[in-house]
Amino acid sequence: MFDFVLEILPFVLLVGGAALSIAAAVGLVRFSDTLTRLHAVTKPQVLGVMLVIAAIALEHRSWLVLFALLPVFMFQALTATVSAHMVGRASYRTGRIDRENLLVDELAAAVERAPETGPIPVTSTEDATSTESTDRGSENSPE
Amino acid sequence: MTVHVLTIALGASFAFAALVALYRVIVGPTILDRMVASDVFVTTLMLIVGAEMVLNRHTNTIVLMVLFASTSVFATIMVAKHVRRRGDFRSPDKEEPRV
Repeated sequence: MFDFVLEILPFVLLVGGAALSIAAAVGLVRFSDTLTRLHAVTKPQVLGVMLVIAAIALEHRSWLVLFALLPVFMFQALTATVSAHMVGRASYRTGRIDRENLLVDELAAAVERAPETGPIPVTSTEDATSTESTDRGSENSPE
Repeated sequence: MTVHVLTIALGASFAFAALVALYRVIVGPTILDRMVASDVFVTTLMLIVGAEMVLNRHTNTIVLMVLFASTSVFATIMVAKHVRRRGDFRSPDKEEPRV
């Protein structure tokens, strides 16, 4: 029984990966702007690759294969997030986003607060850290 | 027999995903859409390589998966960095961005 499950499980995982791939493709066609397409696309980039890696390792039933495939998952998990972040940022900055279907734009408030040139001033952050340090100091002083 | 059916089903779904990604690469209105679609294409290629390893019971192409996973990010990051410079940060709707 257990052997039968181990025989079947890799193929089930492969079907899951293929389903995620199809979901990404459908989202790529149906969604309206870059940000929503990005949302649909980033799921198989990590989860689908994870499923296929698990399928390969289960098929061969060897830790060596799993360790050989671990860099694939690591690279994918590290780089897919970075590239998705860069694409989303560039897409927002060039203004090519679907404003009509956008309910909440949390970044707009930060852009409004930002000065004409340069980054957002860090005075508020400094205040927060200073109060935090004084709190910590008052905590330490009774002891 | 079941494995043959599974092979055909997996091949059809991966081919569908890759063709749709190619369609978005061709049609996509901005270059960012094209890069997102090309990411999907590379991911689909990785999944195809992995699925082939499972179906044919070998481990010869693990290196190919590592290669795909480690190099697919460069194109996207370069394009995103390049696009960012041309946009107007303060008022995105002021002028038509040249993307």
